[in-house]
Amino acid sequence: MGKIKIPRKSIALDMTAMCDMAFLLLTFFILTAQMKPQDPVVVDTPASISDTKLPDKDILTIAIDAQSRVFFGIDGQFDREKMLEFTASNYKVGFTPQEIKEFSLMSSFGVPIGNLRDLLNAKDRDKFPQMGIPVDSANNELSKWVANARYANPKLRITIKGDVNASFDVVEKVMNTLQDQNINKFNLITDLKAKPKVL
Amino acid sequence: MADLDTGGGKKVSTRVDMTPMVDLAFLLVTFFMLTTTFNKPQTMELNMPDKTDDESVKQKIAESRTTTLVLAENNKVYYYTGVENPQVNVTNFSETGLRKVLLQKVRTIKDPIVVIKAKKEAKYKNVVDVIDEMAITGVKIYALVKITPEDLELVAKAPF
Repeated sequence: MGKIKIPRKSIALDMTAMCDMAFLLLTFFILTAQMKPQDPVVVDTPASISDTKLPDKDILTIAIDAQSRVFFGIDGQFDREKMLEFTASNYKVGFTPQEIKEFSLMSSFGVPIGNLRDLLNAKDRDKFPQMGIPVDSANNELSKWVANARYANPKLRITIKGDVNASFDVVEKVMNTLQDQNINKFNLITDLKAKPKVL
Repeated sequence: MADLDTGGGKKVSTRVDMTPMVDLAFLLVTFFMLTTTFNKPQTMELNMPDKTDDESVKQKIAESRTTTLVLAENNKVYYYTGVENPQVNVTNFSETGLRKVLLQKVRTIKDPIVVIKAKKEAKYKNVVDVIDEMAITGVKIYALVKITPEDLELVAKAPF
């Protein structure tokens, strides 16, 4: 069979349009990347080889920082409002509609119920000293918050975000609080680390 | 007026080939897409048994297959096998420490059971690292339980 040589013509394609589209895509992804919600406390989580990803919604986060302060938060503005109403009636504290609105915008908080109104009304919330939610058996506010959160949204998954230097004592108290409410499956939030080679 | 010498007056085409620019743009898009999925935090699942005060419901476990780890302050891990008068040793979280002990158990015992107890002075990091070691060394049966006064005594008496 004879080789038929097809005369090749060089094609110069104008790539400008493609470039425009690429930058449009880039802009779209940058803008739709969700902002991390501002946490009142910086928690340095320990590393683990587990690579199961955290689900995006319906999560209840209990954060424990290096000074063993306990912070609590759930996602979903509507659920936060309902949870606040239940807790307010538990502890007989009244909240104005403005305060309820402020609360529904807070991603997490760590103050006893007595100081919650002050926190909500504070002008500079970042500077407000948040001492953590009480977890001692004498006054276990965390158990009420968790129970009310689950009434507001039964699908909530419990996650614990502990700092590397948090003392296990507080973590144990938190886990006991959860077990008392028959919550036995929880997720511990960790950073990813490579699986070491095991001989 | 002096003239600029353009070197022969050749007409240079002003067409720019955009192909590398497009490559760059797609690289950036891919980079951002991947890093935003990577900075989602990972989770470690932890299942606890139901809390029960009823002693009879607590499962009986074979002593010979059980290793108990007691997490203490300063990243120390005390460990012993069995329940009757055990020999308590201490190790740490380095590669030659706990992992070596656990690997040896995994190799010599079929289906080893590890019971993890932590003292109040232990750090959360220690607990997470131990549960991680379970996953790394392949111990399938393990449990995080409350430390007992007997364990505290054993650890206090240990010569380390």
